[in-house]
Amino acid sequence: MGRKLLLEKAHVENIRLYDVYRREGGYRSVEKALKTLSPDQVTEEVKKSGLRGRGGAGFPTGMKWSFLAKPEGVPRYLVVNADESEPGTFKDRYLMEFIPHLLIEGMITASYALGSNRSYIYIRGEYAWIVDILEQAISEAKNNGWLGKNILGTGFDCEIYVQRGAGAYICGEETALLESLEGKRGNPRIKPPFPAVKGLWGCPTVVNNVETIAAVVPIINEGGEEYAKIGIGKSTGTKLISACGNIKNQGVYEIDMTISVEEFIYSDEYCGGIANGRKLKACIPGGSSVPILPANLLLSTAKGEKRMMTYESLSDGGFATGSMMGSGGFIVLDDRQCVVKHTYTLARFYRHESCGQCSPCREGTGWMEKILWNIENGKGKKSDIDLLWDVQRKIEGNTICPLGDAAAWPVAAAIRHFRDEFEWHVQNPQECLTKNYGLANYAAPLAL
Amino acid sequence: MAEEIKKEAPANFKVTIDNITVEVAPGTTILNAARQIGGDVTPPAMCYYSKLKDSGGKCRTCLVEVAAGSTADPRPMPKLVASCRTTVMDGMVVKNITSERVLDARKGVVEFLLINHPLDCPICDQAGECYLQDLSYEHGTEGSRYEFKKRVFVKEDIGPYIQLHMTRCILCYRCVFVADQITDNRIHGVLDRGDHAEISTHISKAIDNDFSGNMIDVCPVGALTDKTFRFKNRVWFTKPVDAHRDCDKCCGKVTLWQRGNDVMRVTSRKDEWGEVQSYDGKPGWICNTCRFDKKKTSDWIIEGPTNINRHSVISQGHYLGLKMPKETLPEVMGGRNPKLLMDINKVSEVNSVELASLPGPATSKNFEKKEH
Repeated sequence: MGRKLLLEKAHVENIRLYDVYRREGGYRSVEKALKTLSPDQVTEEVKKSGLRGRGGAGFPTGMKWSFLAKPEGVPRYLVVNADESEPGTFKDRYLMEFIPHLLIEGMITASYALGSNRSYIYIRGEYAWIVDILEQAISEAKNNGWLGKNILGTGFDCEIYVQRGAGAYICGEETALLESLEGKRGNPRIKPPFPAVKGLWGCPTVVNNVETIAAVVPIINEGGEEYAKIGIGKSTGTKLISACGNIKNQGVYEIDMTISVEEFIYSDEYCGGIANGRKLKACIPGGSSVPILPANLLLSTAKGEKRMMTYESLSDGGFATGSMMGSGGFIVLDDRQCVVKHTYTLARFYRHESCGQCSPCREGTGWMEKILWNIENGKGKKSDIDLLWDVQRKIEGNTICPLGDAAAWPVAAAIRHFRDEFEWHVQNPQECLTKNYGLANYAAPLAL
Repeated sequence: MAEEIKKEAPANFKVTIDNITVEVAPGTTILNAARQIGGDVTPPAMCYYSKLKDSGGKCRTCLVEVAAGSTADPRPMPKLVASCRTTVMDGMVVKNITSERVLDARKGVVEFLLINHPLDCPICDQAGECYLQDLSYEHGTEGSRYEFKKRVFVKEDIGPYIQLHMTRCILCYRCVFVADQITDNRIHGVLDRGDHAEISTHISKAIDNDFSGNMIDVCPVGALTDKTFRFKNRVWFTKPVDAHRDCDKCCGKVTLWQRGNDVMRVTSRKDEWGEVQSYDGKPGWICNTCRFDKKKTSDWIIEGPTNINRHSVISQGHYLGLKMPKETLPEVMGGRNPKLLMDINKVSEVNSVELASLPGPATSKNFEKKEH
């Protein structure tokens, strides 16, 4: 049984309410941080913990905080990215819905460390009911003196505001989020300058994921070094994984990054195996934008080692034979699923969500979708597969923000690992409409 | 004085672009540094406009490879960067046309820009002065691999002076910045997102601001064209002359595009990068009165012919009695003449006809071979 730090109390009755949360030991970290630690010491603890951004990129949080510019007389902001729009990812929703005070508590401590007197939660518009939950939690925290002026008599002021997005995936990108928060069109900004120097309203800003900020609470409570002891190597602490797809038990799991992918899928404690007695064909381990892996490469690395649920192990082998931890959206496909159709669905999503600001992404995502639609519907040509490869290659890395990469990677990985399925579609235009390529040799042992 | 400067960090940054080193002031972008060198070294720019704040970074045609970040940190940058929005560092080494990666990426960008472009150049007023045309000639491929229906939009009338062709638009956002920065209120912008994003207004026929005409000048393609010039003439049949008038709203310095004695249209004066010229550091935007209402030569004080790049199609009908440039190739090749598949001067009379001297648009009659 892995350790639980974030969801430990998630199922205590009425934990959403302040009184229950406080009775269960809530807001201890704020007391500890504000009364016994300096802001720099809090940052130092986070650095020691080795906490990595839980939103997808996995950038060390302590480092991000220490990059924050601190010019005199300029306000600094903490913005929490709750615009969780990645298909397959729903961990923040769970966290905010069940234990909203954990996020508020983490935000107060983080705001203290960063010197932010006004912190924002940018939440996706579709989570309308969570806004109410958060706002209730904020008002409860305020009534009990955890927010507002002169918190705990330390002279630190902090307010938290919740802002709803309007349903754009792109606003989960930190600079597009800031634009949207400022009331503008959610177009990503051109970096540099980075938000740490020029962010919200031109002031230094840190944008962190909900789970990252929530993880600050156990880090302060237990100490950074204790937190770093959990997990393997540079993957410290616990990570929320939202598992979905053809598994028995879909849901949000907290893992302590010491278990293998195989254990995660097949153990009854987590996913409980593939549903309906089917076989595992492929899996996207970190949300829709990371590369898809066939079953054999998912369970073991190209070197023949067991693949673990850690940042390093999941990305072992680079994009050639590996994937990414991403945001922890674990999507499992069984042998009935068609990878071409699946890739088409993703391409359609990215085409719809591209902001249209820079040309490779605006035009390329639509093009990829159309080619994939043709292949999926038996109208493809063999050259389409190479064309698709070339189009994704010309999008990747050439765009303003990572959405271009996010649109290109799934297509690239699908062609890389499932090329024979694409070719089967092209060669059997009639058959592919009614039948499925099936598992083929995607679960066959790797030739080492 | 000199000593004071020495105490500071080096006053100028040395940056090497395609093996040519140039010294520029700190804070200069790679693109502007390359423009100081000029020629082929300069990356093309479709969305960047030096007179518009925050423009650039969007079209990705100006991508370059940074082979060394700076003297202090000579690591290369992993990704190609948009040269219009990346500032130079001392000792930076940039590769533009010497990098295969850049040329390949640029080819991709041009292809992306063209897949939904209608390629209706034969009926487009911008043809001849269109930057997308130039870009595709220089960096595009001969054919398209796009086999689908091109994108279309519901037509929108945005105002009395400006014609919007949304299908031609490459979403450079320049017109949005013009409306933001030089008119007093912006009423048009980008609606929707992704490949269905479009330039539009919420209220039809609403754009009538005094400086809105400058949107036409900044548009790199034929998406925004002059309604008073629409289908009147091809730009290469018109003669550009510089002129000015006393205007209480703008600088009054313009280019008149004449056909005979008729002023076909009025635009602001452009510099060699296709941007509006600056006077005393201020961009010479012109007002709608000068642009749309003053269409008589008597309204203007003519200064003289506009300097047009020799390579531009506009210059071909520009001067009467143009002398052929001296052929230097035989000289370079030691007296041998170049091997040509076809000598255009021998088989066609095109170059012998002074287009500017014709009273109307050229027809095939004008090009009929004269019997000698």
